[in-house]
Amino acid sequence: MIEFISSLGLPAAVETVVIILVKAVAILAPLLLAVAYYTFAERKVLNYFQARVGPLHIGPRGLLTPIADAIKMLFKEIIIPTGANRFLFLLAPLLAFGPAIAAWAVIPFDYDLYATDINAALLYVLALTSFSVYGIIIAGWASNSKYPFLGAMRSAAQVVSYELAMGFALVGVIMAGQSLNLREIVIAQQGGIWMWFWLPLLPLFVIYFISGLAETNRPPFDLAEGESEIVAGYQVEYSGISFGLFFMAEYANMILISLLTSLMFLGGWLSPFEGIPNLEEWFAWVPGVVWLLLKTAFFMLLFLWVRATFPRYRYDQLMRLGWKVLIPITIAWLVILGGAIVAEVGPWFD
Amino acid sequence: MSGLGRFFKSLFLIELFKGMRLTGRYLIDRKITVIYPEEKTPQSGRFRGQHALRRYPNGEERCIACKLCEAVCPALAITIESEERDDGSRRTTRYDIDLTKCIFCGFCEESCPVDSIVETRNFEYHGEKRGDLLMTKEKLLAIGDKYEKQIAEDRAEQAAYR
Repeated sequence: MIEFISSLGLPAAVETVVIILVKAVAILAPLLLAVAYYTFAERKVLNYFQARVGPLHIGPRGLLTPIADAIKMLFKEIIIPTGANRFLFLLAPLLAFGPAIAAWAVIPFDYDLYATDINAALLYVLALTSFSVYGIIIAGWASNSKYPFLGAMRSAAQVVSYELAMGFALVGVIMAGQSLNLREIVIAQQGGIWMWFWLPLLPLFVIYFISGLAETNRPPFDLAEGESEIVAGYQVEYSGISFGLFFMAEYANMILISLLTSLMFLGGWLSPFEGIPNLEEWFAWVPGVVWLLLKTAFFMLLFLWVRATFPRYRYDQLMRLGWKVLIPITIAWLVILGGAIVAEVGPWFD
Repeated sequence: MSGLGRFFKSLFLIELFKGMRLTGRYLIDRKITVIYPEEKTPQSGRFRGQHALRRYPNGEERCIACKLCEAVCPALAITIESEERDDGSRRTTRYDIDLTKCIFCGFCEESCPVDSIVETRNFEYHGEKRGDLLMTKEKLLAIGDKYEKQIAEDRAEQAAYR
């Protein structure tokens, strides 16, 4: 594709822009489709967890439901409350959605399948995923309404309690992978299922996923929404596609966290059969991106599974969990990990 | 349980995994949804739905205007007026059931000495304008004629237990 564009003989500046646009579309189009069908999958899977069958009337087996949802959202009116800060009110959904999409720029899907390959990819991802919380806080403030404001405050309280633990969990990944580059982190995990970082970093792996649940405002950490207490929190005053953007941002973030978890802890695109005699050859034809998507799908299911199982945390409990449980465990494990790396404990760090 | 045991139990998320195992079982379990308009649940012969007035096989209406149903109706949904017919028998001139008042308790059917007022199995009906759910004698007799076969079968089957 890129060779094809180069062969057109466009001016250098135009060519660069075209290549960037092509790359963006190549990532965004499947992503938005995945977001749409993840909402459908969520309804379907949650229904299955409750021994029901879920939506099945729009299209064959209900498969066109997300399309109908999207059309409905696009054509609904955006209502702006009289007391709201107009500019910030409309900016907030973009602030939530923009970073959720932008973070995808640095994700590697295979050894040589990525849009950009930057050295500080992990830092960039951490910064952008944390950024989306500003969308929520601004939305709550700009609505100038009670429940959105409560939701925004809860969201702020939530950020300070899980963000640190999440950062520390990533520090562990950086130490083990000896790099901030996501591609190199995956390459550092080569050598079969036991070499993947989930095993030497098991506590960090679990804590990263728990923080990921909090990061994306998913149950059991959906205090910022809290349907049963504060109706829908920061989303109360939003309607139409301005609500839709929050919605899409949430699901894009969930997919992103699932993908990052599989990249950093489950060996990304590496085959799980690496190093096992016969199986490795039998599955050699499977492209790496398929393994990556399978692992991602597993974590995406886990998001829904957790939602179907656990009740919501109270937000003082969330802060207790963040400060008194997650952070001490991560710090303790970082010390152990440092010792293991210095002592070159095999088979991971020799 | 000891404090230490509890500590390890929560540290290793034991109970959380137990909970997820339980919900996971439901994920792969048989689904119990009845997809309503296409599938329907079985109905009892005693199902109490829309009302009907029955006739004898010779076409004579059963109702003798004894007004027991009107008296027993707890929602006061039934209104009956009667007069003497030319052949000397007492018949209703008006038999109204206001379905918006009716609570479908089935007392009218139980009190009827001639099995005239009955409740059919039909629960899928609606009114589109005011008065559509105020059932008159003509409407009730028409429903009775329409469902007579089913009504008779159900009564025969349940007769031993009434």
